[in-house]
Amino acid sequence: MTTPVLEARDVTMRFGGLTAVRSVDFTVNSGEIVGLIGPNGAGKTTFFNCLTGLYVPTEGTVSYQGKVLPPKPHLVTQAGIARTFQNIRLFANMTVLENVLVGRHTRTKEGLWSALLRGPGFRKAEKESEAKAMELLEFIGLAAKRDHLARNLPYGEQRKLEIARALASEPGLLLLDEPTAGMNPQETRATEDLVFAIRDKGIAVLVIEHDMRFIFNLCDRVAVLVQGEKLVEGTSDVVQADERVVAAYLGEPFEGDPGAAEAAEVEAAEATAEAEGAESAEPADSAETAEPADSAATTDTVESTEADSTTKGEAQ
Amino acid sequence: MTDTTTNAPAAAEHGPVPLPPSVARLLVAVGAVGTIASAFLSWTWTSDFPGDLTVYGYPAGLQILALVGGVLTLLFGLTLWDVKWLRWLNPANSTSPVLLTALSAFAVCWFTGIAITVDLGGLVNLDPGAFVAMAASALPVVGALALPHPAPGTGIRGYLAKPQLPAPGKASPLTERIVITVGVALALVTFTYGIGIDNDASETFIGYLLLLVFAAWGLMHTGLVDRFATTAAHHKGFASALAFAAAVIFPFTQSDDHNANVGVNILIFATVALGLNIVVGLTGLLDLGYVAFLGVGAYAAALVSGSEYSRFSGVHFPFWAAALTGMAASLVFGVLIGAPTLRLRGDYLAIVTLGFGEIFRITVNNLDGTSGPNITRGPNGITQIPDLNIFGFNLGESHNILGFSLGRFANYLFLMLIVTAIVVLVFTRAADSRIGRSWIAIREDETAATAMGINGFRVKLIAFALGASLAGLAGSVMAHVNYSVNPQPYQFAGAAPPNSAFLLAAVVLGGMGTVSGPLLGASVLYLVPEKLQFLQNYELFAFGVALIVLMRFRPEGIIANRRRQLEFHETGQLDVPTQTTLSDDPAVTKAGA
Repeated sequence: MTTPVLEARDVTMRFGGLTAVRSVDFTVNSGEIVGLIGPNGAGKTTFFNCLTGLYVPTEGTVSYQGKVLPPKPHLVTQAGIARTFQNIRLFANMTVLENVLVGRHTRTKEGLWSALLRGPGFRKAEKESEAKAMELLEFIGLAAKRDHLARNLPYGEQRKLEIARALASEPGLLLLDEPTAGMNPQETRATEDLVFAIRDKGIAVLVIEHDMRFIFNLCDRVAVLVQGEKLVEGTSDVVQADERVVAAYLGEPFEGDPGAAEAAEVEAAEATAEAEGAESAEPADSAETAEPADSAATTDTVESTEADSTTKGEAQ
Repeated sequence: MTDTTTNAPAAAEHGPVPLPPSVARLLVAVGAVGTIASAFLSWTWTSDFPGDLTVYGYPAGLQILALVGGVLTLLFGLTLWDVKWLRWLNPANSTSPVLLTALSAFAVCWFTGIAITVDLGGLVNLDPGAFVAMAASALPVVGALALPHPAPGTGIRGYLAKPQLPAPGKASPLTERIVITVGVALALVTFTYGIGIDNDASETFIGYLLLLVFAAWGLMHTGLVDRFATTAAHHKGFASALAFAAAVIFPFTQSDDHNANVGVNILIFATVALGLNIVVGLTGLLDLGYVAFLGVGAYAAALVSGSEYSRFSGVHFPFWAAALTGMAASLVFGVLIGAPTLRLRGDYLAIVTLGFGEIFRITVNNLDGTSGPNITRGPNGITQIPDLNIFGFNLGESHNILGFSLGRFANYLFLMLIVTAIVVLVFTRAADSRIGRSWIAIREDETAATAMGINGFRVKLIAFALGASLAGLAGSVMAHVNYSVNPQPYQFAGAAPPNSAFLLAAVVLGGMGTVSGPLLGASVLYLVPEKLQFLQNYELFAFGVALIVLMRFRPEGIIANRRRQLEFHETGQLDVPTQTTLSDDPAVTKAGA
């Protein structure tokens, strides 16, 4: 179960003077769902693009099942890594079925000549492709809409279709870039089930997401990327308990910082209000009193960031 | 129009003209009958006006067009009385087809009256028949404007918007085939009439265009055109075989080989446009130098044709070998140009292809023995290309078939028809396959397409090379049809087709990504400059105006690919297939492709 599917070694990506990703080591094992989180601008999508060959990493290598991947997107897909995009990038003016059929491109061989001559091999391959595509559409529940144009699907279904299209290339690893962005809680739940179902098909999944509840429900392992560097990696509990993660999302309190003190004050006030404590909120004037309150309320803060991100997502 | 003042709910019942519906219907019918009758009268006293409109009892030229317009108006006017056997003509029972057909007759009659007055200098030149025609043809327009408004509250705009159509009923396959046959026959008659209009009779051709545009518009509003397209899509093989048959019949209907010459040139132009459609319409690569591939094919075929002015005058390939040479030369040229340029996207590719297109022409101009090695004889070109001889059948001579004398151009028309059929087959088969889907995917979103495992460069190069070799095939025929090749036609923009701008316009005008679109676009773009000789100096200007108007009102082209139509008009959910069950015939979906 623990054979590595994807191994990124020392991946660094620089754009001129800006280092977007700094020597990240990263592994995804087979049958695993791994989450990649980090504040906005942390380099998650850049790292994704390095993995899928859209960017050529300045340093480091990415290997899939032990073989180093060439930095060409179509070769990466051929090797067995499929992805979705943060902003939906369906083929808007193709039908739902055609979109999935395009995903089958690497798994079929028919070239121009066989298309022109239409031999029995061509027909058979087309029929098989269509059967596979319909299977996937049934899997995600869009079989009835096969002849609709992708652009006319509602948002949530477009997201699903993008996943189906990625699955059509029969990947060993699926990379999902913010699959629940802009979804309501019900759709997010459905996506969660879908990702589990994909995992059950034996496909490893790597997810970027801002929705913390989604990530921590879903993932066996979570890595946190902050300013291009991998900060922590581990199970949800480990990551949630890590102070640096909280600091990365909320900013780091340091001694004598009035901002931090104020924030702590507000938090403390909220905590007490929530607990319906009879004690009145005492002004926390030193950082020492703020610190323990902070670490005690870690889960709370994480949850509050999650609430933040969901509202943000819905506003998008 | 005074319709804006009558905003009361009761006024929304009828159009801008306040007349009771019964009177309105009567006006339409009476006017239509009057228009028909007027076609049999004399419209002017002299035969100086093109088409000889002087004879009583025998319609000619523009009178025939007025007659057709009148008959159409009458037919659609009669649907207002709910005549049972005419109900199929206007299933939505809408007013706008009546108005549009009335406008077609009106436009023809009034255009004729004004043209006679202007051409011959004064109203005196009009015979009573012309006044009858003008008055009679105006009545149905007034009547139609008094009929119930198609979309109350939208003013004059409501007449131009396509009405909601009821779902078509089921017809038996035999009926459908008969419908297709009738449709194709009508198209053949229409086309033959248009091509047969004398080149000097520009007035008649303008009248023809007016009638065609309004009548086609009206038919589109009845939904008959859509139904015909759906029916034809159901019987794809039958419809295309019939269209091919109609094209074969065409030379037999012509007594003059000149029209066959026009037909051949249209076919060459259309075939090249279809090749360009693979590059532009399917793959989304804007190629502004495409005519160069036609030139490469033509020159390659000319060089191996056995012409004594060819550099290799001893070489005389049979046609199949010459065609293959032309294709191969274009293919090589296409790959040579494509390999370095296809890494560019969008506008950059357009500029580079434009440059390469011009480079071809200038190089050919300079390979004349003085500026460079003598290969193409420079501006003189390669002349006296011998006629083709296929299996002992000399295409240069007239042949008698079934009592019909078929001239040289008719022979080449048949050859070109086969070439066009091949290109159509290649286009449709390539488009509906793994490679075709990857072309469309690249057009839609190249980044996503590569992320789906498509090797963008390779697939684009295949499209480019395929398009180039199809143009080369057409070029190898063209060299023989025209007896000679010279660098002049292979430029970016010129007054007459083929040139890259016209080719691109044929694709865009006709409808990108469709088969019939470029064929229709090429016919229009070839015939209009040919028939409207008086435009000569303003041709490019008129062409530009026409393109702007078209892009404003119908950006998806005359024949819309379903995808394109939805892309340009936000129709919401209108495209949702009528049946969402899995048995839904996919042919309907691909009606445009």
